[in-house]
Amino acid sequence: MSILIDADTTFIVQGITGREAVNLTRECLDYGAGAKVVGGVTPGRLGREVHGVPVFDTVAQAVAHHGAPIDGSVVTVPPAFTKDAVFEAIENGVKLIVIVTERIPRRDVAEMVELATLRGARIIGPNCLGIIVPDVIKMGGIGGPARNAAQAYTPGPIGVISRSGGMTTEMSSTLSAAGLGQSTAVSIGGDAIIGQSYAELMPLFEADEQTQGIVIYTEPGGRMEAELAKWVTEHNSRLPIVAFMAGRFMDEMPGMSFGHAGTIVEGKEDTASEKIARLAQAGITVAERIEDIPSLIGDKIAERSAV
Amino acid sequence: MRFFEYEAREVVKRAGIPVTDFGFTTDPGEAREIAQRIGGPTVIKSQVLTGGRMKAGGVKFADTPEEAEAYARDILALEINGHMPRGVLVDPKAEVEQEYYAGVVWDGTRKQPVMIFSPVGGIDIEQVAEEQPDKVGRKHFSNILPFGDFEAKEVIASTGVTGSALNKLTPIVARLAKLFVENDMTLAEINPLGRLKDGSFVALDAHMDIENEARGRHKKLLKDLGVGDEETRQAREATPFELAGEAVDSQDHRGVAGNVTEFDGNLGLVIGAGGGSLTLFDAVRAHGGQPANYCEIGGNPSVSKTCGLAKLVLQKPGVDKIAVMMSIVSNTRVDIVARGVIKACLELGHDPAEKIAIFRIPGAWEEEGFKILEKYGVEYADRSVSLNEAARRAVEKIQGTTAASETGAPGLIPGGHT
Repeated sequence: MSILIDADTTFIVQGITGREAVNLTRECLDYGAGAKVVGGVTPGRLGREVHGVPVFDTVAQAVAHHGAPIDGSVVTVPPAFTKDAVFEAIENGVKLIVIVTERIPRRDVAEMVELATLRGARIIGPNCLGIIVPDVIKMGGIGGPARNAAQAYTPGPIGVISRSGGMTTEMSSTLSAAGLGQSTAVSIGGDAIIGQSYAELMPLFEADEQTQGIVIYTEPGGRMEAELAKWVTEHNSRLPIVAFMAGRFMDEMPGMSFGHAGTIVEGKEDTASEKIARLAQAGITVAERIEDIPSLIGDKIAERSAV
Repeated sequence: MRFFEYEAREVVKRAGIPVTDFGFTTDPGEAREIAQRIGGPTVIKSQVLTGGRMKAGGVKFADTPEEAEAYARDILALEINGHMPRGVLVDPKAEVEQEYYAGVVWDGTRKQPVMIFSPVGGIDIEQVAEEQPDKVGRKHFSNILPFGDFEAKEVIASTGVTGSALNKLTPIVARLAKLFVENDMTLAEINPLGRLKDGSFVALDAHMDIENEARGRHKKLLKDLGVGDEETRQAREATPFELAGEAVDSQDHRGVAGNVTEFDGNLGLVIGAGGGSLTLFDAVRAHGGQPANYCEIGGNPSVSKTCGLAKLVLQKPGVDKIAVMMSIVSNTRVDIVARGVIKACLELGHDPAEKIAIFRIPGAWEEEGFKILEKYGVEYADRSVSLNEAARRAVEKIQGTTAASETGAPGLIPGGHT
């Protein structure tokens, strides 16, 4: 199985007529069994089509046209309009929203997440590439064109969660090359506040029978790793976890952020070295190099199944 | 972006929170005039974006306007932690009975702002939280429900404060919470918040950070405060090399080829994307390499933009070779980056095979990219070569020997400030 999405998931693309969104739509339609992209929304463009997907002015029109609730939305509108687009999706019954847009102020993200929580919806991102279930479906630009995505992602037992979109693919490709496929890979976004953190996705992977181990990519900044360490300790998780920490050099450059907005260190718990210590305390192995990840997670899975 | 104290106090004042009758100036003579207007003892405070100014002699107490002028002259010439002051703040010396703390920050885990209040102020709040945890109150508030003053009242009352102090503090903390949200702050802190002899409260110092991503919607405030668009106020100011990187990145709107940070090494880096750059920078250093720069490519930049970035790095004094490396790309095209970096070498009269230590970018359009690299004899690698191994090869090439990975990373030296 998978988490968040499967072959039956329906979704729309908000901002579908933008250059990147047009490509993303093509990629999703082409990948695996072909995503059910049931509509697109760009205000003022009602009646157009993007790769055969009908375009609407409003999410409500898309839902009416589909004739049933729509599961998800990929939001690719500019930062100033993102909050309204996400509110529109949530208020029209969409339960899973992938926000691709970068550079959205934290206040807007926090408002979107709070509304989503009130309505029982889930936000992935912002500043993320989305979700992929290898050979089945992808929702977002993750892995790129279908052909490239197929090269990196293969089905298997590993759940991947990453604060970097590109590194989701790099790590999955490394796992695939070592014969370890992925159950679902989620690019959760690189901002300081995001919809779903590691700890919030863990219960889903925990409940997914296909998933036998978790690999995460992490960076300095924020408390998300501390939250994961706490979750793992408190829930006696069945899933072994291997983490990779990038940006260790940032500990020598206090006050600066590199790579993603979320890497800004705002407290002493946010540094790479503090996080590594915290993860290790919770029994999470921190890999020194990406190429070490397959054997580390493979060994940990073997260890657990031997017990 | 960090505000100077005098700006942060202005923000506090505009929100209706009482402040002292302070003045800001860059001129010692004017400091005397402000002190005269205030009448009585004053405090002269250096306006720098760094901590420890008290210890460094950046805060002085003056009894007369003449003293204020003399101290202002000293402080204006005093460098603190490598920062020259923007000016001085001339503040009436308040008769403070007790110092309190009030602050608002984001809680990324709860995804809500959190108010923090303490009747123990004037020192670092993290220290108070460690030593007297019962003296620190915390309360989250909603992003979408209207803010209620009772929420401020609750956080204050939770620390044992009652009586008229509670009633006077409530609107101050409530206004601080509102200004935090309205101005897209990532930190809004009044410390100390002083209770004067007459029982009134006044903000004696303030720290504020506005989120960079939100600067666009606070143009009026920034203009009123005199903050220019070009002022980034990073922990260190941009070097000419870094500014040149920004110029390259803004030459067109396609993708990113920039986010340059300068270091004092000999290996130029043309790397990407966000996470890939962080991973690669660490890997180069783990193998004993000395990066000349950090940068990011992503989102499929044009050939000319990639070329511009590569040229900038190649022309940096002390750079012998560049390593062109990225995590697997799906949006950015391998062939476009290959074209850009080869063009940069050729236009500068270099042999690409000599100057490019390694090219490791697998992914979209890699066959086309590798063909171009082959034509010019550039060493390239596909996804079977890890980021770490690519970095090792690059370091080995530039050192001409086996990489000294056992010795670990040498200290990181930020460049361009000598």
